[in-house]
Amino acid sequence: MNEPLLVLPLIPLLPFLGFLVNGLLGSRLPKAVVTFIGLAAPLGSFAIVAHAAYLVWSGALALPWIEPGAPAWISAGPLHVDFGSVLDPLSLVMLLVVTGVGFIIHVYSVGYMHGDKGYWRFFAYLNLFLFFMTVLVQAGNVLLMFVGWEGVGLASYLLIGFWYQKTSAADAGKKAFIVNRIGDFGFLIGIFLLLGNFGTLTFHEISAKLAANPAWQGGVLTAIAICLLIGATGKSAQLPLYVWLPDAMEGPTPVSALIHAATMVTAGVYMIARTHFLFDRSPLAMLIVAIVGAATALFAATIGLVQNDIKRVLAYSTISQLGYMFLACGVAAYSAGIFHLMTHAFFKALLFLSAGSVIHGLGGEQDMRRMGGLRTRMPITFWTMTIAVLAIAGVFPFAGFFSKDAILMVAFMQGPNGKIFWAVGLFTALLTSFYMFRLWYLTFLGKPRSPELHAHESPWSMLGPLVILALLSLGGGWVGAGRFGEFLAPALGNGTAEAGHGTLEWILIGAALAAAFFGWLIAHLLYHENRGEEPLAAIPGAYPVLVNKYWVDELYGAVIVKPLLAVSRFVLEWIVEFAILGGIAWLLGGIVNFGGAILQRWQSGNLRSYAAWLAAGAAVVLLFAMVSWPAVLAHFGIHFNMAGR
Amino acid sequence: MIPTSWYLLLSAALFSLGVIGFLIKRNLITVFMSIELMLNGVNLSFVTFAHQWHLVKGQIFVFFVMVVAAAEAAVGLAIIIAIFRARATLAVDRIDLMKL
Repeated sequence: MNEPLLVLPLIPLLPFLGFLVNGLLGSRLPKAVVTFIGLAAPLGSFAIVAHAAYLVWSGALALPWIEPGAPAWISAGPLHVDFGSVLDPLSLVMLLVVTGVGFIIHVYSVGYMHGDKGYWRFFAYLNLFLFFMTVLVQAGNVLLMFVGWEGVGLASYLLIGFWYQKTSAADAGKKAFIVNRIGDFGFLIGIFLLLGNFGTLTFHEISAKLAANPAWQGGVLTAIAICLLIGATGKSAQLPLYVWLPDAMEGPTPVSALIHAATMVTAGVYMIARTHFLFDRSPLAMLIVAIVGAATALFAATIGLVQNDIKRVLAYSTISQLGYMFLACGVAAYSAGIFHLMTHAFFKALLFLSAGSVIHGLGGEQDMRRMGGLRTRMPITFWTMTIAVLAIAGVFPFAGFFSKDAILMVAFMQGPNGKIFWAVGLFTALLTSFYMFRLWYLTFLGKPRSPELHAHESPWSMLGPLVILALLSLGGGWVGAGRFGEFLAPALGNGTAEAGHGTLEWILIGAALAAAFFGWLIAHLLYHENRGEEPLAAIPGAYPVLVNKYWVDELYGAVIVKPLLAVSRFVLEWIVEFAILGGIAWLLGGIVNFGGAILQRWQSGNLRSYAAWLAAGAAVVLLFAMVSWPAVLAHFGIHFNMAGR
Repeated sequence: MIPTSWYLLLSAALFSLGVIGFLIKRNLITVFMSIELMLNGVNLSFVTFAHQWHLVKGQIFVFFVMVVAAAEAAVGLAIIIAIFRARATLAVDRIDLMKL
């Protein structure tokens, strides 16, 4: 028996150690040491994950591998929750993405943040994020997953508000945290429902209980699934809780790449895939997941069409792509969803890091209207961005093509609803292609619109990660949805329909490619001259709606935030401050005043009145003694003869 | 032989006279004398019981009380003189402040 050596707890613990050292001592350590610790921790985690992947690949390790002898966390009556980790194909893929892309982005940050005075703080937070994210991914039960879930929310808050001197950044951090709280509330209710109905929170036990009751459908399972979905819409920025993600772009660009594109926001998709056995039993919840996904994909893509801030375009495209993943989960194509999650992590991280390189080169400029003509100034960034744009647009043979095609195909196979989802997805693909090429044209082609900015290429610590991610975006798709699905099948079941090879498949691929091509064509016609004005502004009616993002922020502000603030203010000022705190203060003051008014008469300073009180007191004590002492002493067996001798 | 209770009655009477004098007299010297009267009333009952139980402890207590009373008289009279010098009065009711 040669059990392979696998220390799963070390994967989160290494970044946590990095966080502790950098977070506590970072301000006093030399910069080189901070860099070393900040990079060594994620590299170590990645090495462990890669080693595990190698063991699986060579057949030395059978999945799923549930960590034996995990320390108990909560043991109360029938409830038992431990710190156990679980390694199955799903968590392995996710861990590879999180630690791998995470490490690359850490390296990039060394270059991007080199001049920032919060350098050590940045690495401490990034490591903290990796700690919680890996906890989330490898958790063996829902509660531990929730710990990671909340933790990444905290790290996200800290990093969005990293430049806390800026009011907009601090506000964006708060917004992200509060909106996520709504989703987390749903998640928490879902956990309670799970506990109430299954008596356990461990994934494989819940799955086993469900497998033992094949007839159990809908009902409370739908309720649980919808609660979990609410949690997922918060974390993964889906309708109606997507509003925090565009604002989250206030954070440093590596943060946008790591947390708000590649890893944290995909946690919702991961959670749905992880609990797919619940969703499988509830067709209604599945339908809602698919509708939310498709609606978000289309909705965010339309807003992305007209944004001028380079990072906001990418933010809306992230929301849109996450919608794709939800759509995939909603049609039970979990492996296609996770496949898209992986390729999206590559090309979206690349997009953000390339955008970061552009912003860095332009000294902080984010407005695409002031860019243009950067192709010759930043050749390497230009080429990596080109690859990323082709990948997200879904052009063969880049990574996005394979995963997006897989999702669309499975959606198409799912009956009449599926056709609608497919059509929405296809149209969204066209929009995606259009706005990504718009970004590409506006940023890199044409003549420089702001020559005074003196664009320069970024250092190699930033370009290196770009090249690696470009290679992954180029080749990541060749794994193939089919092979990927087979690998994930033990964890996700065989829900993915792999049928439909043949003519239909070629037609669907042709349609997807045509959508990408038309998107590019429209962008080319409108923007290749790159005059700097907005051709879409000529569209009456639609343009103002899109530029104002459908007024969703304003709507939420008027319908939810304002009344809530008014109620909170009223409760705070009148009930808490005035009635409760004020009341207590008045009451205490009144008692003291009243008591003082009476007792002060005692302290007259008159010697004879003191003497009178003294004598009266002595008399009372004496009287009491005469009445009670004989009885008390008699109790102890001492008798007095009061009559004298 | 005179019964014990007579001595005790005399002691109680002396003590009560002391208390009454202490409470109603306005002159500080008289108040002071009333305190001496109460102490001696108590001394009398000490001696009475010492005699009745044939124990010497009670008489030793009396000597202690006398010594303390003498010391107290010395300190008390000094204070009274100081007060009189400062206030030019010995009326208890008009001495109602801690400071001179």
